[in-house]
Amino acid sequence: MSLLELDGVKVHFPIKKGIFVDRTVGHVYAVDGVSLKVEAGETYGLVGESGCGKTTLGRSVLRLVDITEGSVVLDGTDLAKLPGEEMRRFRRRLQMVFQDPLGSLNPRQNIESILSEGMVAHGIGKDQEERREKIKSILEKVGLPSNALARYPHEFSGGQRQRIGIARALVLEPDVIICDEPVSALDVSVQAQVINLLDELQEELGLTYVVIAHDLAVVRHISDTIGVMYLGSLVEEAQSDALYAEPKHPYTKALMSAVPVPDPEVEDKRERILLTGDLPSPANPPAGCRFHTRCPWAQAERCATERPELRDVGGGHRVACHFADEIAAGTLKRTAGEVVSATREGVDDNPTSDDSATPAVPQQAASPERETTPEQAVAESEAQAEDKPEVAEAAAEGPEPAAEPAEKSDSDGKAEKTEKADGAEADGAEKSDDAEPAPKADDAKPAESAEKAG
Amino acid sequence: MSLLTVDELTITFGGRGRKESRAVDGVSFEVDQGQVVGLVGESGCGKSVTSLALMGLLPSKGVTIGGRAEFDGTDLFTMNASARRDLRGSEMAMIFQDPLSSLNPVVPIGVQVIEILERHRGLKGEAARKEAAHLLDRVGIPDPTRRLKEYPHQLSGGMRQRALIAMAVACAPRMLIADEPTTALDVTIQAQILELLKELVDQEGTALLMITHDLGVVAGLCDQVNVLYAGKTVESAGRRELFGHPTHPYAHGLLGSIPRLDAPRGEPLTPIRGSINDRIAWADGCAFAPRCDRYEMGCLTGTPQLTEPRAAGHQVRCVNPVLDDAKAEEVTA
Repeated sequence: MSLLELDGVKVHFPIKKGIFVDRTVGHVYAVDGVSLKVEAGETYGLVGESGCGKTTLGRSVLRLVDITEGSVVLDGTDLAKLPGEEMRRFRRRLQMVFQDPLGSLNPRQNIESILSEGMVAHGIGKDQEERREKIKSILEKVGLPSNALARYPHEFSGGQRQRIGIARALVLEPDVIICDEPVSALDVSVQAQVINLLDELQEELGLTYVVIAHDLAVVRHISDTIGVMYLGSLVEEAQSDALYAEPKHPYTKALMSAVPVPDPEVEDKRERILLTGDLPSPANPPAGCRFHTRCPWAQAERCATERPELRDVGGGHRVACHFADEIAAGTLKRTAGEVVSATREGVDDNPTSDDSATPAVPQQAASPERETTPEQAVAESEAQAEDKPEVAEAAAEGPEPAAEPAEKSDSDGKAEKTEKADGAEADGAEKSDDAEPAPKADDAKPAESAEKAG
Repeated sequence: MSLLTVDELTITFGGRGRKESRAVDGVSFEVDQGQVVGLVGESGCGKSVTSLALMGLLPSKGVTIGGRAEFDGTDLFTMNASARRDLRGSEMAMIFQDPLSSLNPVVPIGVQVIEILERHRGLKGEAARKEAAHLLDRVGIPDPTRRLKEYPHQLSGGMRQRALIAMAVACAPRMLIADEPTTALDVTIQAQILELLKELVDQEGTALLMITHDLGVVAGLCDQVNVLYAGKTVESAGRRELFGHPTHPYAHGLLGSIPRLDAPRGEPLTPIRGSINDRIAWADGCAFAPRCDRYEMGCLTGTPQLTEPRAAGHQVRCVNPVLDDAKAEEVTA
């Protein structure tokens, strides 16, 4: 039996209107029927774009948001039905690491106080002395200096704060840690430190992770199994390597092709599937397959009317697409979208003389024709204007996304409000992925902490 | 002669008794027509401040700008304010990172686009409205006439960024500065926006200065890449050269610390230790030395200079650069 099992989990937020009486005028279907299993000791990665419900799903496992329907079973206990006090006690076994390390640490509490708060609440350790010993050993595990105990969150850099967040989860010796965008607020070089730390801790302590992230490369790096979410439901789930080797759902294909690889050699050979339009509103999801409004392979009838179930296509690779086999076999034609080269046309250098390629070569080659006279420029822009309608049409083919953003932002706002009202740490803003926190100067022995970090 | 030449740009904040802090410390680069030049670095490396200085958007008080920046032969920093205003928006335009906070929330998109057309191209009334609709259409916003009347909050993130790009290209500028244009967007939307920028550069011959922290974006888009660290360029090369043979330990380390979609699983990343706070002043030596694995005593004897230890045009600011290819290959493999 799996350690954590989700079965048909739904989280719907009511949309309220009215000043004196709250009328419910609809629902935001943030999570709409997700079933998955997480095995002990493995890492389950949930990936998807903002608004797909991945964060809400993570929070619903801890019951930080109320589950509308379905069950979350941890080790034989259904969390969805536990009464409040029992759930509170159960949370020791389920901990969360939040996205924004500064926002999720109380600025007025020192590290010792932050870390011991949970231990006190769950009755771990006889006295503060014992708790302090435990905290010290955990701090060492996550690579923080032991003098951190008396310091405050602002004294640490972004990476160190995330380490504190991880330590806070670890002191309670949880079975499952849910990491919500654990590295997206960090700089690239620091990201790698935290990813490696998570890996090491898992190996050492046998932890089970559910990692929620929008960055497919990060998720692929740390996860054993990956679930791809779109508009509140899983569209594909597979072993990390299998998913990368052969993505079966059109959305996964597009998502993977859109992730840039930091290597010109690879980028030159890659093609990108451009999706048309934007994510439809989760308050008014399209009928049939949720993805059919943007799907490059959408078929006229079946996709628009019948919602595909997640089905096993062999080797535990589950996919929710009617035509996954046909697309894989190449018998189905694309009906929308564009496939473009990942690199810019006429971008620099000749691959043959790789080493000697100087940047001066391309610009010399390019500049003579680029020196356009005003007339030429006008002619060019006119020619472009003629080209353009096609693209506009292509974009307009998904009628729903074009018509909806107004409603979407509206309902999103509401959803967020309800979410926040629900209490707990407000990290609702899924979208502020790369808010760069300005780290404060870390004056006390930076070299030492750097050593440990390394 | 390049369209934009930046020479030894320094930007210092401070004054009025506060401790001075140098955000940009002698950065030089050139951008030519139809060329995409990348400024890459982590937060705090000075890349955004550079773009603001070039656009003349830094406050006049409390900031000291040194060095030269020439746009098409005219010095940007000595230009008078009204000439600068004429230039900004028509010849040089900027695309900002966060489209929601760079658009005025209480003014419809249309009015914001038309404002530029009125100011720089003298269009009025119906003509301006038509042109604005045409611009929105050109950047791929469906149903542009309706969108003109909508407010920023009614558009999705990707569409807001498109509207911002439409405003930037309204006067067919010769130079575009894009400051993290896709950072706030999802990857599938990012792909759309990058495609749009590529089209602009290819078809119009616009020069593009791309400021980003995402090396993946750079790999597919830029001709020339400048890697910044603590306000100085530490490595500068063509994209193939840079990604194929990262020579400064920082650039080398950055590439090693990015999880790659196409890399086999299970291999641990090789992070750079410490954080940007662990640095020393450039005057004392290499600012990266405290985090560097290849640190040696020579790193602390004054500012290292840009040299070309590997190939012509591949500049590296390091006294002990990564030159053995076996190690470099390990990272790229």
